[in-house]
Amino acid sequence: MKTTNFNLIRSLILGVFFILVANPAIAASPEPEGDSEFNVTDMIMHHIKDAHDFHIMDWDGHAISIPLPVILWTNNGLVTFMSSEFQHDDTGTVVVEKNGQRFVKYHEEIYYASEAPHGATAEKPSEGVHHEAEKPLDFSITKLVFSMFLSMVLLLLIFGLSARKYDANGVPKGIAKFTEPLVVFIRDEVAIPNIGEKNYKRFLPFLLTLFFFIWINNVMGLIPFFPFSANLSGNIAFTLVLAIITFVITTFVANKDYWKHIFWMPGLPVPMKIFLAPIEFMGIFIKPISLMIRLFANITAGHIIVLSLISLIFIAQSEWAAIPAVVFSVFISIIEVLVVAIQAYIFTLLSALYIGSAMEEHEHEH
Amino acid sequence: MDLVTPDVGLLFWTFLSFIVLLVTLRMVAWKPMLGAVNSREQSIREALASAEAAKRDMENLTTDNERILKEARAEREAMMKEAREMKTKMIADAKDEAKVAADKMITNAQSAIETEKKAAIAELKNQVASLSLEIAEKVVKAELSDKDKQLKLVKDMLGEATLN
Repeated sequence: MKTTNFNLIRSLILGVFFILVANPAIAASPEPEGDSEFNVTDMIMHHIKDAHDFHIMDWDGHAISIPLPVILWTNNGLVTFMSSEFQHDDTGTVVVEKNGQRFVKYHEEIYYASEAPHGATAEKPSEGVHHEAEKPLDFSITKLVFSMFLSMVLLLLIFGLSARKYDANGVPKGIAKFTEPLVVFIRDEVAIPNIGEKNYKRFLPFLLTLFFFIWINNVMGLIPFFPFSANLSGNIAFTLVLAIITFVITTFVANKDYWKHIFWMPGLPVPMKIFLAPIEFMGIFIKPISLMIRLFANITAGHIIVLSLISLIFIAQSEWAAIPAVVFSVFISIIEVLVVAIQAYIFTLLSALYIGSAMEEHEHEH
Repeated sequence: MDLVTPDVGLLFWTFLSFIVLLVTLRMVAWKPMLGAVNSREQSIREALASAEAAKRDMENLTTDNERILKEARAEREAMMKEAREMKTKMIADAKDEAKVAADKMITNAQSAIETEKKAAIAELKNQVASLSLEIAEKVVKAELSDKDKQLKLVKDMLGEATLN
């Protein structure tokens, strides 16, 4: 029985492979340039980027989405309105007038109507998308911000509840039975080995918050329906902020030894010291930058892969393509469940490592 | 390029959210949870330590008991040995004493007997002497009362006493 199952799976995989190779539409991976029917790149880019309203689905050619508040810091002060006032327009056509100012939305960026880089009503139209048009500062509660708030509520619920589930003897009950091992894992496997028994307590709340914040947003990004599916942890702004926080903490807690090891590495001949100093100095910044890029790239890549596989159906324009597409995307999604946990863990682990190395006390010169 | 350009709004909200989350979770979750875990670990450590101490005490107690038992046994042995020695000594002493006393008694008795004997002999001698005197007196009296016999005797004696 087992062998038959295995054979079945093997022939399925082989079949999928042959379909992929044999189908010229997939094998050639055509970019339907200018195709108004379905543009894979646009769809994927649209998904992994931020949006001013939360798009749930299209029904009968009509978009169903949750409007979110738009908060703009303009030349004339604060302006707020709901994103529904743009009427799902993302081409800079619909102009919203507030406080005597005119705004358009183009590729999920809000511009002053007179400055919009593109669009029918733009008073100063320009050719390129990368035009440096003047924009109001956009503090909107976008899809990603909404998703982030949701993750905060979930985290507070999960862990607030966990903390109350301890009986008089300090024995966890219910949800705390599940969350406590995770918390203890971060303490015993991340904080203590990297920061050390002496100092870890100061940074444990930060590391725990970091880990669960990243993880829950990663997982929420994997769930493909409202109110999840936002690619928050695959957004460079999100990872940048977390990396900066780690960087700031590392720099502030760093002791004399840390700076000495950067600018005047002990135990080396002077020319090597001079040679190493700029490299080590760059390392201060490269470390958080690598944190930022790693999380951003991994999560974004996961979203792109899953969406690309689903897009195979539309590229091939055949319902048969759904079989390999779904099989593959389920397979990738399962891997992604692992990846998102690992990425959250790595981000936390490396943060702990950087903090720990900045506080390390070198007892002997090496 | 759009993808790697961070949005000001999202930067702001992420920072704010993270700080709020850090402060709130620290207060409502991490502190109580870690506190519970720590105090539980502490109590486990203490329980283990006290169990270990109790075990050690138990061991000490057992060794103590054994030592005491051993000592008691040794003491008993010593006492018994002493008692035995004492008994032997007492018996020996008693024997000696008895012997000495017996010897003394015997000596005394012997000397008493000797004295008595001497006294008796002396008495006897006196008695014999007086008796002899009495007898002699009577005999002499009787002898002297009979004149014929006296003469005869003198005659006989004279006959015997032949003059050489």
